[in-house]
Amino acid sequence: MDNLIHNITLVIVFAPLVGALSTGLFCRKISKGLTFAITIGLMTLAFGLSVYLAKLVIFDGYTSNEIVYTWVKSGTFQFNVGFLVDKLTVLMLLTVNFVSLMVHVYSIGYMEGDKGIVRFFSYISGFTFAMLMLVTANNFFQLFFGWEGVGLVSYLLIGFWFNRPTANFGSLKAFVVNRVGDFGFILAIAAILNYFGTIDYAQVFALAPQMAANNVTMSIIGGTHSSVISVIGILLLIGAMGKSAQVPLHVWLPESMEGPTPISALIHAATMVTAGIFMICRMSPIIEYSQVTLSLILVIGATGALFTGLVGIVQHDIKRVVAYSTLSQLGYMMAALGASAYAAGMFHLMTHAAFKALLFLAAGSVIIAMHHEQDMRNMGGLRKYMPITYITFLIGALSLAAIPPFAGFFSKDAIIEAVKTATIAGSDYAYICVLIGSFVTATYIFRAFFLTFHGKERMSDKLKQQLHETKFVVTGPLMALAIPAIFLGMLIIKPILYPNGFSLLGKSIFVLPQHNVLASMGEEFHGVLAMVNHSVQTLPFWFAVSGIFVTWLCYNRFPELPAKIVKRFGIFYNILVMKYGFDDFNQIVIVRGGHRVAQWLYQVTDSEFIDDTFVNGSGRVVNAVSIAMRQLQSGYLYHYAFAMIVGLVAFLVWLIF
Amino acid sequence: MLTNAPLLSLLIWVPIVGGALCLLTGGDDNASRARVLALIVSLVALALCVPLYLGFDMNTFKMQFSENIPWIARYGIYYHLGVDGISMPMIILSTFTTFVVVVAAWNAIKTNVSQYMAAFLIMQGMMIGVFASLDSILFYVFWEGMLIPMYLCIGMWGGANRTYASIKFFLYTFLGSALMLVAILYMRYHAGSFGILDFYHLKLSMSEQILIFIAFLFAFAVKVPMWPVHTWLPDAHTEAPAGGSVVLAALMLKMGIYGFLRFSMPIVPDACQHLVWLMIILSLIAIVYIAMVAIAQTDMKRLIAYSSIAHMGFATLGCFMIYLIIAKTGNHRDAYMSLEGSMMQMISHAFSTGGMFFSVGILYDRLHSRMIKDYGGVAHKMPIFAALFMLFAMSNVALPGTSGFVGEFMVVLSAFKASFWVTFFAATTLVLGAIYTLWMYKRVFYGPVASDGVANLRKMYPSEAIVLVLLGFIVIFFGVYPDALLNVFHASVGHLLKISLQTKLV
Repeated sequence: MDNLIHNITLVIVFAPLVGALSTGLFCRKISKGLTFAITIGLMTLAFGLSVYLAKLVIFDGYTSNEIVYTWVKSGTFQFNVGFLVDKLTVLMLLTVNFVSLMVHVYSIGYMEGDKGIVRFFSYISGFTFAMLMLVTANNFFQLFFGWEGVGLVSYLLIGFWFNRPTANFGSLKAFVVNRVGDFGFILAIAAILNYFGTIDYAQVFALAPQMAANNVTMSIIGGTHSSVISVIGILLLIGAMGKSAQVPLHVWLPESMEGPTPISALIHAATMVTAGIFMICRMSPIIEYSQVTLSLILVIGATGALFTGLVGIVQHDIKRVVAYSTLSQLGYMMAALGASAYAAGMFHLMTHAAFKALLFLAAGSVIIAMHHEQDMRNMGGLRKYMPITYITFLIGALSLAAIPPFAGFFSKDAIIEAVKTATIAGSDYAYICVLIGSFVTATYIFRAFFLTFHGKERMSDKLKQQLHETKFVVTGPLMALAIPAIFLGMLIIKPILYPNGFSLLGKSIFVLPQHNVLASMGEEFHGVLAMVNHSVQTLPFWFAVSGIFVTWLCYNRFPELPAKIVKRFGIFYNILVMKYGFDDFNQIVIVRGGHRVAQWLYQVTDSEFIDDTFVNGSGRVVNAVSIAMRQLQSGYLYHYAFAMIVGLVAFLVWLIF
Repeated sequence: MLTNAPLLSLLIWVPIVGGALCLLTGGDDNASRARVLALIVSLVALALCVPLYLGFDMNTFKMQFSENIPWIARYGIYYHLGVDGISMPMIILSTFTTFVVVVAAWNAIKTNVSQYMAAFLIMQGMMIGVFASLDSILFYVFWEGMLIPMYLCIGMWGGANRTYASIKFFLYTFLGSALMLVAILYMRYHAGSFGILDFYHLKLSMSEQILIFIAFLFAFAVKVPMWPVHTWLPDAHTEAPAGGSVVLAALMLKMGIYGFLRFSMPIVPDACQHLVWLMIILSLIAIVYIAMVAIAQTDMKRLIAYSSIAHMGFATLGCFMIYLIIAKTGNHRDAYMSLEGSMMQMISHAFSTGGMFFSVGILYDRLHSRMIKDYGGVAHKMPIFAALFMLFAMSNVALPGTSGFVGEFMVVLSAFKASFWVTFFAATTLVLGAIYTLWMYKRVFYGPVASDGVANLRKMYPSEAIVLVLLGFIVIFFGVYPDALLNVFHASVGHLLKISLQTKLV
């Protein structure tokens, strides 16, 4: 059985790579139709096999941990390529392959007429390969391979329309900011190798309890001692902050919206940005032993959940609203991990993948209909032109706002409850953040909803005549994604959060008994229906509902209200519009300052000091000395005779005295 | 059949004789004859590498394919050749690089073709001589002899400021080597032989060791080049023709590292141990400071040259870090990865940087500018070329799956055994490398078509495409399966570690 699982995984992981290479290498020879057939065919294969794998692993309870080949062997160290297939892996495989398949289909419609369409399909298949390598890894090397691989494809796809300066700026920014996170990540891997002697998950996880029990410390700054587990945990967190766009490394994600919308759905909402969440879940056997790391995760996550959501309220670009929403939801997931409710984080990751991909693709559908207009101030009243997009967007929005019984309700409610139950440092602050966040979430997404689909039709008359619902390749995926966005939550809440026998995550996640908030929450859980009924007595529900009500007032009932509020609270509004100044700070201090330093180092130390003073300077000295020496060899006999006499006299003087 | 043939001698002299024959084809009227001849010679040399590789026994650290005959018997100088797992890959790399240089020159070089081809073939023979010599005087002869064809190469086919660059290159590297000769003569006096392997048994006091170390340091640090004796390289690279830049980056810089591995570390290990922080700090300066300087560059070749120096910082770091690791853990096996990572870095750097220099050469041929600001939107006109350049750029920023990642990963991971802060500074390359490489890529390839020149860019010639595809293939091959190369290193690295960590004090 091990072998079967291993081979199936091989096919699942490499099928998208075959698709990417065969279309990418022949992108100028191959027809569009054949590209769609190859890539979508292989993605269907991968998704179908993941479903089968899910049966084997989740229902039949098999796991597999096998090596494919040895990548590097040096001294006592060995780095392999290998697959760990357990329940966590399978959940990620299902999520990634499902969303990827939907996005492949959708892209036929969205990218229609773009001359780079074959290249685009090659990229998204390549992305899927890298993402699958990441989630199936059984060691840190392969994890890092997938990690950087998705980063590369994300870079290429944000800059897909490389004619646009903003796209090129966004892609470079995304890569570099991600690299800052990777900097922490690679230090974490180095530390793990140093202290555990291996970077193989199974061995590292087996050694972690011992490492924690012995309280092994290291000295980073002379005289101080830090726990090795905490250092590793924090470094891993820095890695996760880059990919999963946590404050303050979140700045690249809004910029990534310069890429085509299907990419925003696939990479910058459903899959790649959740890699950090997945990674922390995977590392739960390490993270659990570090209180400091958990508190940091909780505080950073909750901060992001609230404050990036607030920025979403003042955006005009429909994609940016959804992008800030992604930042905020990633914050929720992180907060769940910080509260040791890893299962809740994974749960929200999955429901979020469904409803956020849905929202992005629906926004994309609007953008297609609006002829690539993204500013919501020029939209309005679209509901009668695009009924399918309207309804699916509404489903996504309700799910995002955590209105029962939509999928997002179950996962987000679990997170808020978990943070409330948690007792580690920072949990009080975090609870306030995620609670207010539920109001904010409903506000920004329904603001976008009302602005886009309701109210006055603000587009030009010419455009109005051309408005119509998008094609089936676009609406099909919307409808397909709407299904999990409604039902996923109620279906899996019990097996994923409060398993009693049948479990979706099983042993793939490790929680210390004293941190196990979900266990105590499980005692209060009496089924889906009871949870929905109970929700009307809870704060998060009323926060969300009041958010929807406020936006209805502002954008539907009294459209002149927002302008007044802006005027009244100008300072706050400006802070939000400035996004708390992160971008300006980075641009002025880090980018410009860094460039100044680089210039100075080059022009002053390197060119002037080393090269001119020393290198060419020594040449000049040799030259000058030789010129001087030449004066001595004048060729006149009396000069030489004079020198001899002077020398002789000096010699005599020295001898006598 | 070939087992008894003097394979190393053939590898040295076939290209040199072939180069001389190339000269005989005369002026540019016979240019195509010179091209074909050069191609044949380089293919023969490449073919000679096949028995070299197949006949090589990876399980021993002993010198193989040895040839040892008296050369100047009166002074005890021998024509002694032999290879181990450290030099054998370098020899194959040299033949391969020369082959691609010859192919790349097919259309690019239009004047003095026979001389150009001859220079590179002779240089190849000399470089193989450096890697195969086991007699220090023979080594020295090849080491210095190599400078002449390179000097001519920069001086004749170089850019506008070629005279300055070629003289700077020659004086700099020549001065460095002079002290090495003194050290060799000193050791000859004590060891009674010029044999490099005999030097390994020499007992030396600490002060002797330190003086010898410094003499070698001058020679090798200039070649690598290490900060602060690096300023000749950007000038030499910018002015050299594409082929010259490639040979400089792919091979000549490696000789400095090879020198550390072959001379400094095994002969004066106690001095290495004593001065380890000097070497570590110089390496880290290369990685951090030079990478910062690279960001400020406006000339593509200069930028890649600085990036080369930064990457070589990893190679020197990996070499000398073994002393820190041993001091901490006391276990030889912990130091393996550091040294092997450094050698991996050395070899992989040849392909990615080589590929980038060829690529810039391709652009220069068309627009006659190396300035970043003269480009923009090249990806519109040369999409395949842009994709290949992206591959080399990714290897340069150490993306996993490319060869550039392997060495840096191994060195960074080993560094933690030595010190957290060494790891910290070494790992900054992840960010800085991405900034200077991708920022350049963005300005050159992306954006709207910047000028009429870019709008009229001609597609790649087949010869250019072959070279880049070949290099690209190797970049990916070693990225995906580096163990193929590491297997060659193991035995020799083990031995090198052993002798480099034994005290030689009397």
